[in-house]
Amino acid sequence: MAGVIFFYALSGVLIGSALGVIASRNPVHSVLYLVLAFVTSSVLWLLLEAEFLAVVLVLVYVGAVMVLFLFVIMMLDVNLVQLREGYTRYAPLGALVAVILAAELIGVIWFRAESLPASVSLTPRPAGYSNTEVLGTALYTEHLYAFELAAFLLLLAIVAAIVLTMRRRPGLKVQNVAQQVAVRREDRVRLVKVEPERDA
Amino acid sequence: MINTYLAIVLFPLAAAIIAGLFGRLIGRAGAHTVTILGVGVACALSCWVLWRQVVDGYPAENISVYTWLVTDGVRMEIGFLVDRLSALMMVVVSFVSLMVHIYTIGYMHDDAGYQRFFSYISLFTFAMLMLVMSNNLLQLFFGWEAVGVVSYLLIGFWYTRPTAIFANLKAFLVNRVGDFGFLLGIAALLYLTNSLDYAEIFAAAEGLQDRNMLVGNWEWPALATACILLFIGAMGKSAQVPLHVWLPDSMEGPTPISALIHAATMVTAGVFMVARMSPLFEFAEAALSFVLIIGATTALFTGLIALVQFDIKRVVAYSTLSQLGYMMVAQGSSAYAAGMFHLTTHAFFKALLFLAAGSVIMALHHEQDMRRMGGLRRHLPVTYWTSLVGCLALIGFPGFAGFFSKDALIEAEHLANIPGAGYAYVCILLGVFVTSLYTFRMFFMVFHGEERLDVEARAHLHEPGWVVKLPLILLAIPSLALGWLAIGPVVFGDFFGGSLFVRPVHDVVGRLGEDWRGPVQFIIHSFKEPAVYLALAGAFVAWFGYLYRPAAAIWVRERMGPVQRLLENKYYADWVAERLLPAGSRALGNVLWRVGDVRLIDGGLVNGSARLVAWGSELIRRLQSGLLYDYAFAMVIGLAVLGFWLLFTPTGAG
Amino acid sequence: MIGLEHYLTLSAALFVIAVAGIFINRKNVIVLLMCVELLLLAVNFNFVAFSRFLDDTTGQVFVFFILTVAAAEAAIGLAILVVLFRSRRSIDVQQMDVLKG
Repeated sequence: MAGVIFFYALSGVLIGSALGVIASRNPVHSVLYLVLAFVTSSVLWLLLEAEFLAVVLVLVYVGAVMVLFLFVIMMLDVNLVQLREGYTRYAPLGALVAVILAAELIGVIWFRAESLPASVSLTPRPAGYSNTEVLGTALYTEHLYAFELAAFLLLLAIVAAIVLTMRRRPGLKVQNVAQQVAVRREDRVRLVKVEPERDA
Repeated sequence: MINTYLAIVLFPLAAAIIAGLFGRLIGRAGAHTVTILGVGVACALSCWVLWRQVVDGYPAENISVYTWLVTDGVRMEIGFLVDRLSALMMVVVSFVSLMVHIYTIGYMHDDAGYQRFFSYISLFTFAMLMLVMSNNLLQLFFGWEAVGVVSYLLIGFWYTRPTAIFANLKAFLVNRVGDFGFLLGIAALLYLTNSLDYAEIFAAAEGLQDRNMLVGNWEWPALATACILLFIGAMGKSAQVPLHVWLPDSMEGPTPISALIHAATMVTAGVFMVARMSPLFEFAEAALSFVLIIGATTALFTGLIALVQFDIKRVVAYSTLSQLGYMMVAQGSSAYAAGMFHLTTHAFFKALLFLAAGSVIMALHHEQDMRRMGGLRRHLPVTYWTSLVGCLALIGFPGFAGFFSKDALIEAEHLANIPGAGYAYVCILLGVFVTSLYTFRMFFMVFHGEERLDVEARAHLHEPGWVVKLPLILLAIPSLALGWLAIGPVVFGDFFGGSLFVRPVHDVVGRLGEDWRGPVQFIIHSFKEPAVYLALAGAFVAWFGYLYRPAAAIWVRERMGPVQRLLENKYYADWVAERLLPAGSRALGNVLWRVGDVRLIDGGLVNGSARLVAWGSELIRRLQSGLLYDYAFAMVIGLAVLGFWLLFTPTGAG
Repeated sequence: MIGLEHYLTLSAALFVIAVAGIFINRKNVIVLLMCVELLLLAVNFNFVAFSRFLDDTTGQVFVFFILTVAAAEAAIGLAILVVLFRSRRSIDVQQMDVLKG
């Protein structure tokens, strides 16, 4: 019973925050709504007994990606006034297409799901079931290759982001370490013969 | 014998080539000598052939001279079929041609194209002989077309005259219309019998009589269709209504050719063809009725037109048309022998009348309007008497050649009982009256009464020389005598032998022949028939109206205004052919061009499709907004549609 | 009881809202990127639900990878956005129509 109430409450919050993402005028508000959406879905995943992923969602998505979003928004100095116009022209058409899509999906889920096995329900977990352990086992044995590739992909993303946004400011004094290490005595020191006395 | 036949055909051809190509070399005298020689040989040999056939009783000969090609079982060859019918035609053609050749020496004396003329008329003789001697449809068609071409050349002989050019084109084109039907008829026969040869086609004729052939979506009786199509060719060539319009205009040519081509030979090709095809026509009663009705209509209506003509040559021209109608009536009532006999006698007396008219024209220095003639009896005696013979023969005065042939024809027709026979009988009887009327109108206006001559012409008036008078006399003799001599054996006897085929049920001549007791008896019998009285009545009315009391004629003319106009305009047939149809086709062409071609095809299809593409791409270009999320939107819409189709339609997974 | 269908419906709703957001929003590229994140979240939901109900860990492993990829993609997307802003001085999506036909 409690589970049902929880589910419906959390679902409502989730959908509400999703709507808030798209309906907000202020992009910062949109980001915050998105954060709420992620957190709520994290809790929902806890209901589904996927704890590892729930935590990862919060850590990675909320902690990193959303923060990144906020950074960018702050940095970009967006003209808010301009942003408030031009909403309603495509709203009806967009809403229509969305409704059609929704109808199709719901139609499939509720009315045409013959291929699903008849009794799909929550199988009770044994005691001492650790989602993390199961996930880790699967990840490091069966899907090891994909895992390594994912790591590589992240590296790629880092490099790409830096390459895209880095710019050199002219006149910036930057150390060239290789040059410094390759310096020789002759380049720096010059012995000069100087007379001890001068005739008055 | 094959050499004889080849000589008959090739001598005129060689003469034509020599006179045509080497005219300047051999000069005028040379041209007329060589052509008269050529045609003279042909005439002599033709007479000999006829003599052999009739008197010595030689059988008919069917010889193949040269096989041109054989394709799919059809032989295309040059060959000669010489039987009674073709022998008779050969004699008629070559004799009249010879007369015309001699006559031309006088008539075309001052003309610059002297040698050319002789070349053409010899060429014509060759073509006509090929036509009558042929033994297959292809050669017949060759001869048919060739006489048409030479007729075109001759009508437009004075090619600097615009009226002449108009006339020769008209003749050729109207003939073409007929030839189209003719060609279709040949094709139909080829289709039905897979052969062009007379012998094979005739053999197959009886079996074809109940057969139908599929034309488009309808079943037509095969043999009747083929025969009617062939007759359409005859309609063109023999100037039957409504394809008669070219013959009066053909008077633009010199008078000798009017005599040769448009009286005696070319126009009779149609009559000859129907007689030759008698084995086919006999089995197609619908075709016979068609021939009968068209012929009768022509006989009466063209005769009526002759009543209002003032050009002497036109009167004779329309008279020719009318008599051709009579011949066709004979053919249509299955009285082929009578028709051919009338063809023969008509050739003589009509050529005579044409040449006499030419003599008058020459004497008056090329005056052709009858209103400026009159009282020429004293000045042109030979012409006068020969013309009288010709006119009496034409109206069918008892004793003259025309009487025998025409009366035999009328009485034979009276016995026919195919559909249309009653109508035809009425037409030809009325035609007798009309014929007599216009003939003697012409005669009295030209030779009797007061002189209405032009002063200039009066001063030069003299009868032309012997080259003109001799042919006139030579042609007058058969016009007098041929009837007495020939009617017995030709019409009622076995003259034509197997060359004409008549089914017993149609054999009107045979039935007529049961009462035959000789020419004298025939004359006496004819007084019991209305024809003679009608002829005499016509002559009397002409005398009354044009000699005795000219005021009466004028009174009649004033009362008959609309009828007069109708006749003068030749029943507006010319108007239809020259104004209505061309203007109509041109208007149609215009419409099709402006609306159909320019607007619909160019504008609508060609330019329209380009504009459609441009319009479509204009529309589609708006989708390329350059905005990314529009593309994303499009993708999502596509996804939604795809999902809908897959899930909820029967053709999808649904 | 809360069955599989409920979770799937929830994820469908999230997905649809995100899709609508992509083309309702016309002025802000950042919101566009956020909607993409919502899409991925919806998909993740799907995977987790199926993984739980069909008792297969593969679903959760997949979520793991989707997470990774989503993070990488968000980073690079924002980097591009920054560069774009530097050259155009605006994040108005409607002005980015160089591809217009």
